[in-house]
Amino acid sequence: MALLSRKDSKLILDPLTDDNPITIQVLGICSALAITAQLKASIVMAVSVIAVMAIGNVVISLMRNIIPSKIRIIVQLIVVASLVIMVDQVLKAYAYELSKQLSVFIGLIITNCIIMGRFEAFALGNNPWRSLLDGIGNAAGYGLILVIVGFFRELLGSGTLLGYKVLGDPIEKTGLYALGYENNGFMLLSPMALIVIGIIIWVQRTRNKDLIEE
Amino acid sequence: MSKLTDKNSYTILFSVVMVLVVGSLLAGIAQGLRSKIAENERFEKQQNILYTMGVDNNQGTSDISFIPANEVEAEFNKYIVHQYVIQGETVTEDPDAYLIDVKQEESLAKKDKNYQRRLPLFVGEKDGKKLYIVPMRGKGLWDAVWGFMALDQDFVIQGVFFDHAGETPGLGANIKERYFMDPFKGEQVMKNGVYVGVDVAKGNNDPSNERKDDQKVDALAGATITGDGIAAMIKKDVAMYIPHLKNLNKEL
Repeated sequence: MALLSRKDSKLILDPLTDDNPITIQVLGICSALAITAQLKASIVMAVSVIAVMAIGNVVISLMRNIIPSKIRIIVQLIVVASLVIMVDQVLKAYAYELSKQLSVFIGLIITNCIIMGRFEAFALGNNPWRSLLDGIGNAAGYGLILVIVGFFRELLGSGTLLGYKVLGDPIEKTGLYALGYENNGFMLLSPMALIVIGIIIWVQRTRNKDLIEE
Repeated sequence: MSKLTDKNSYTILFSVVMVLVVGSLLAGIAQGLRSKIAENERFEKQQNILYTMGVDNNQGTSDISFIPANEVEAEFNKYIVHQYVIQGETVTEDPDAYLIDVKQEESLAKKDKNYQRRLPLFVGEKDGKKLYIVPMRGKGLWDAVWGFMALDQDFVIQGVFFDHAGETPGLGANIKERYFMDPFKGEQVMKNGVYVGVDVAKGNNDPSNERKDDQKVDALAGATITGDGIAAMIKKDVAMYIPHLKNLNKEL
């Protein structure tokens, strides 16, 4: 690839698979449980985190030589909090209904441990370009798991995908419901999200034995 | 020699500059977008008011679809025939009554005992039927809850809409779901001519809300305090309007 060297493309691709923030580093679990009851919320959260993470990583990386080490965590917190407030304000002005739906989740981005983790572990020690790639990669890895979990929870829990009734209508008893199929309401609760993530971790470690700890 | 960035003086200077830069940046953005956000909130209020009258784009039995923001202004003007401001005993007609900030009025009245609270009231007309729409505001578990209630001239609820600032997602936040709001429809808020409101009740053994004259709807599991807050809000805020509604009943 001409645009990205091998080392750079690893920054983006690794977090998607073998260094995934959720399934391998086990970060960002809280939001992965909270907002994945619907596919749409998962996708929006994934996109917002990618934006905040990419910009935040670049900002921190640009400031890495002037940030006083004693207060670096506070600086990181301020950078991510300001970005989130900006995203929130812009959404309120230009996508009001979306911002109503996201309501508390926008605020939750601030507390997302992946963001602080990557600031601290990567952006403080690397140049802006590599930090940008790392930010996009990790946020995308996080988003990928969110979308997978959201897909199964919405499909099995509500029988819909992005709001479309893909399995038929549970009240009119059409499609699958005519055969006696029922939605599993349990899928809409957070514990099932953890179980779905557990299954993803299981599948991933079965396919790649290197990931299994001794 | 230690690095420059480790010095205390540098740390303090850095924090001061950072606070100034970030502060002015955020203030600038908030200022720049304020009018746009206020416009969105105005449309939302209109959408909520119309929703209680049953003017919405609902398709199925569980979704909440408002009139789109770009059409709501016209629809609002079409369905809302009167807007009143009630202050003490005087009732004046005011086409901008819906812009009154209920929260602000409430806190003004709390601070100053002599302050006559301005109460906005909307009269809508749908299918030849007159509806009174009353705004409400109260406390949930974590933060404010608010909403609107549409009453017909016999004081039967024709629709409600609730919203909240920060109730728990999945529990208290479900007050804005159809399965909580819809059962209010048809409830009578008066008992023997006296206002009693609607209670959000547990254990009333009526989950599908067959009884419409018992002043009770089924509560949400796991959201006791939010539900109690809704009931208290209805009891307190709608009561202020009842005498005026009785008067209007004679006029309209």
